Amino acid sequence: MPKKQFRVVFKRERCKGCELCKAFCPKKLIEMDTQVNAKGYCPARMTDQTQCIGCQSCALVCPDGAIEIYEEE
Amino acid sequence: MKPVFQYTKGMTEVSTSYCPGCTHGVAHRLIMETLDEMGLLGKTIGVAPIGCSVVAHQFMNVDMCESAHGRAPAVASGIRRVHPDKVVFTYQGDGDLASIGMGEIMHAAARGEKFSTFFINNCIYGMTGGQMAPTTLIGQRSTTCVDGRTREQAGMPLKMCEILSTLDGPAYIERVALCDPANIRKAKKAVRKAFETLLSGKGFTFVEFLSICPTNWGLTPPKAMEWLKENMMPYYPLGVYREPEVQ
Repeated sequence: MPKKQFRVVFKRERCKGCELCKAFCPKKLIEMDTQVNAKGYCPARMTDQTQCIGCQSCALVCPDGAIEIYEEE
Repeated sequence: MKPVFQYTKGMTEVSTSYCPGCTHGVAHRLIMETLDEMGLLGKTIGVAPIGCSVVAHQFMNVDMCESAHGRAPAVASGIRRVHPDKVVFTYQGDGDLASIGMGEIMHAAARGEKFSTFFINNCIYGMTGGQMAPTTLIGQRSTTCVDGRTREQAGMPLKMCEILSTLDGPAYIERVALCDPANIRKAKKAVRKAFETLLSGKGFTFVEFLSICPTNWGLTPPKAMEWLKENMMPYYPLGVYREPEVQ
């Protein structure tokens, strides 16, 4: 069976840069952007989508609904 | 692409007014996701409190009513009695529920009013700037106990689940923590059980969420999660304090 591919989408303008998703990602795939968004926070972004295991930890701890996860078909 | 996780329809598109990392957002989402999954968004009335979540009605995509300080259980009792076909819940913080609203919550629970209460316990008054709350832990610093709370001066922190579980009215009481993905999943199960017990007509249901307040604790959000586990969880043990009776 081929490995499932997931795509984590960050809503850049909703993110407040709290870094909870970064702290709880078991694969440590999330980093903070160096460019600020309109609110003035450094939003989270993915480093390597292909390594994502789709565990949803980031989306569960995100207090701002900034993360959506899709499975590639 | 097949969606695996999407922001629930139960929340509005408005960006929340909470500080970065505040678990109010997580608690809001868990409640609204559960209502959405149970198909109850159209027949739910929520009651918002005073505190950081005073504008929860802007974020929760259901009919909401705002209540005066601590009076959410009294307002919810009234709404539920006038609209027995609706699902009613209150969403309250620790300053609101355990301090000024102590009378209301105790009597609503004692009467076994048919609504759910979601209690956010973050050990501090958030909105007003980090003063000592009834739930502030012994030794914890706040702006009104700068050297840490002491038992001699302020007594012991209130354990709401334990207090309410001495009453006969409540049908279901559970304490959960919003400190990591595993506990957040458990918290969602508790929210679902609270609404299911409520819908079965057994009476008042109460879920306490141990939450973080990174801004007033003076910690980064990931460190605040650790602080919650190390300090709050030993004093406020997680678990079910009242199991709904099986009929």
